[in-house]
Amino acid sequence: MATTATEPTADRDERVRRVGGIRKLLDRPELGAIAGLIVVWVFFAIIAAENNFVGMATTASILNRAAPLGILAVAVALLMIAGEFDLSIGSILGFSGMAIMIAVTPVDAGGLGWSLMPAVILALVLALVTGLINGWLVIVTRLPSFIITLGTLFTFRGLTIAITRLRTNRTQLGNLDEVPGYEFFRSYFGRDFEILGAHFSISILWWIAFTALATWMLVRTRSGNWIFGTGGAPDAARAVGVPVRRVKIALFLTTAFAAFFVAMSQAVEFTGADTLRGTRREFEAIIAAVVGGCLLTGGYGSAIGAALGALIFAMVQQGIVITGIDGDWYQVFIGVVLLAAVIFNNFIRRKAASR
Amino acid sequence: MSTDNDALIETRHLSKYFGSVIAIKDISMLVHPGRVTCLLGDNGAGKSTLIKTLSGVYEPSEGEYLCDGEEMHLKSPRDALARGIATVYQDLAMIPLLSIWRNFFLGSEPTKGWGPLRRFDVKKAKEITREELSKMGIDIRDPEQAVGTLSGGERQSLAIARAVYFGARVLILDEPTAALGVKQAGVVLRYIVKAKQRGVAVVFITHNPHHAFPVGDHFVILRRGSVFGDFSKDEVTLEHLVQMMAGGAELDTLTHELERVAADDPDLRRAVAELAQEVKAAPQLPGAAEPSSPPVTDGEAGPED
Repeated sequence: MATTATEPTADRDERVRRVGGIRKLLDRPELGAIAGLIVVWVFFAIIAAENNFVGMATTASILNRAAPLGILAVAVALLMIAGEFDLSIGSILGFSGMAIMIAVTPVDAGGLGWSLMPAVILALVLALVTGLINGWLVIVTRLPSFIITLGTLFTFRGLTIAITRLRTNRTQLGNLDEVPGYEFFRSYFGRDFEILGAHFSISILWWIAFTALATWMLVRTRSGNWIFGTGGAPDAARAVGVPVRRVKIALFLTTAFAAFFVAMSQAVEFTGADTLRGTRREFEAIIAAVVGGCLLTGGYGSAIGAALGALIFAMVQQGIVITGIDGDWYQVFIGVVLLAAVIFNNFIRRKAASR
Repeated sequence: MSTDNDALIETRHLSKYFGSVIAIKDISMLVHPGRVTCLLGDNGAGKSTLIKTLSGVYEPSEGEYLCDGEEMHLKSPRDALARGIATVYQDLAMIPLLSIWRNFFLGSEPTKGWGPLRRFDVKKAKEITREELSKMGIDIRDPEQAVGTLSGGERQSLAIARAVYFGARVLILDEPTAALGVKQAGVVLRYIVKAKQRGVAVVFITHNPHHAFPVGDHFVILRRGSVFGDFSKDEVTLEHLVQMMAGGAELDTLTHELERVAADDPDLRRAVAELAQEVKAAPQLPGAAEPSSPPVTDGEAGPED
């Protein structure tokens, strides 16, 4: 062996600085989201103190708003880490919701007259087909997924509106609670829990479960390693045997599944669906993922971050509602939060890449 | 020169054409386990084409490519990898934002558990990474570090260690020292020797004879798509290599040109005089003048554009 002054020891190297907790935290993609969450919460806790921002009822409202967005954002984050976008997720949401509703609507009203279980399975299959179309187009054409899914955003939304109108001559369908099989779905996806007088939706639990599952997969399975590799340097990943295409297709299926899941639970919760449901959700989900530390260029990010990003988003929404600030300012706020998050993330990444 | 039967890979009259362009022509060479075979050549000598043919990216147009004495027809780099022929490219090696241990196992992660609970054995991965790197004499600070924070030399060394760990019997290194400073290049050269000591057949591609000479056991010089010379270490000196790489005549011309330019500048003149001295001092090579063992073609046999 060559002469080295110090043998590399198994436990500790003298060149590793003992880094403090803050320094370690700086390396986490979620940092921006955690900081943002604290800032936004403190901000509203102060300016909306008289409107009971700090309280069970508001907290429940925030979490109820955050849950569906969070489920979407976690799936979008996985896809973004693999270096792709899905702008069609909001349209898939609208599409799956209407698929359920058309399937259960009585035949004389233009529907199929099915019970809820087969209708949900149909919607799931259709949603996965849309995800497959997205993934397949991205792989085959090698075009940026941004442009592909921008196209399918309009296509799927248009199909939803056109087919619904064609069959039922309506844009909204309701009365899901009268359909056989509704109670079963309600107990799993549409129920509330009352804690200290506030109503928490069961979708919060699903949101937490999906976030935990996605996080586990990202950091503790080989699929997770492949997702990071696929987004970080696709050619290098392929060269070492990562099935880059399969990873991407699977993640487009995941975002489509998330859209289906949210559509289904919202249809159950509100006992109906609207052809425009989910409009602009794709942007909100991407914002949540970016605020949560995902890089637009792929290869970096976290599911917990995306979930926290959704929480910030909901907190801002709810904060503005209860403060009585003119709702017109809401978009300004969201825009500023997004820009701040992106600038912060960029700064962090440069630090990570050249320490 | 050793006999054919202990060679790990061998090429016989290998040629690759792209349309009318002759990229490499009639390349015959042997690569032995536990030895470093240096492929030297200036830009355009056909190094890249030869590497890509060896690593399975291109299929040869003519000639044979043998592994363990058997002819093979590689369809992709994966085929080559399956036979233990691994290639480390200059930049196509690592994912900068991922940590060292994640990079090390990317694509070949160890798992534990079964069914839906089958998971990446993170602890084992970190342990092996540390162990393998220290076996190669690579002394990493923290396996959690992102690869992007490593220096170019460390990254190359890591890629070499990974290839060796995953069972590379032949390690093809594409200009691993090209973009590196003197010290970093030295680091990589040390790991090349380490890999060799572990019995790996190393094919070291470079245009720098100063990097090739200290670690090489065997030197193949490419010029204009053909083998210009093939020497074992005891048949050649560094000066010979330098001369053959550049082409003695071309270096002479360069010296004269520089002398003209340097006429007004005493410092430059001195430098040129030294260079001229060096060129003259290098004795004429028996191998280059009249090739003995392998078929040596001169520049004229190369591509005519």
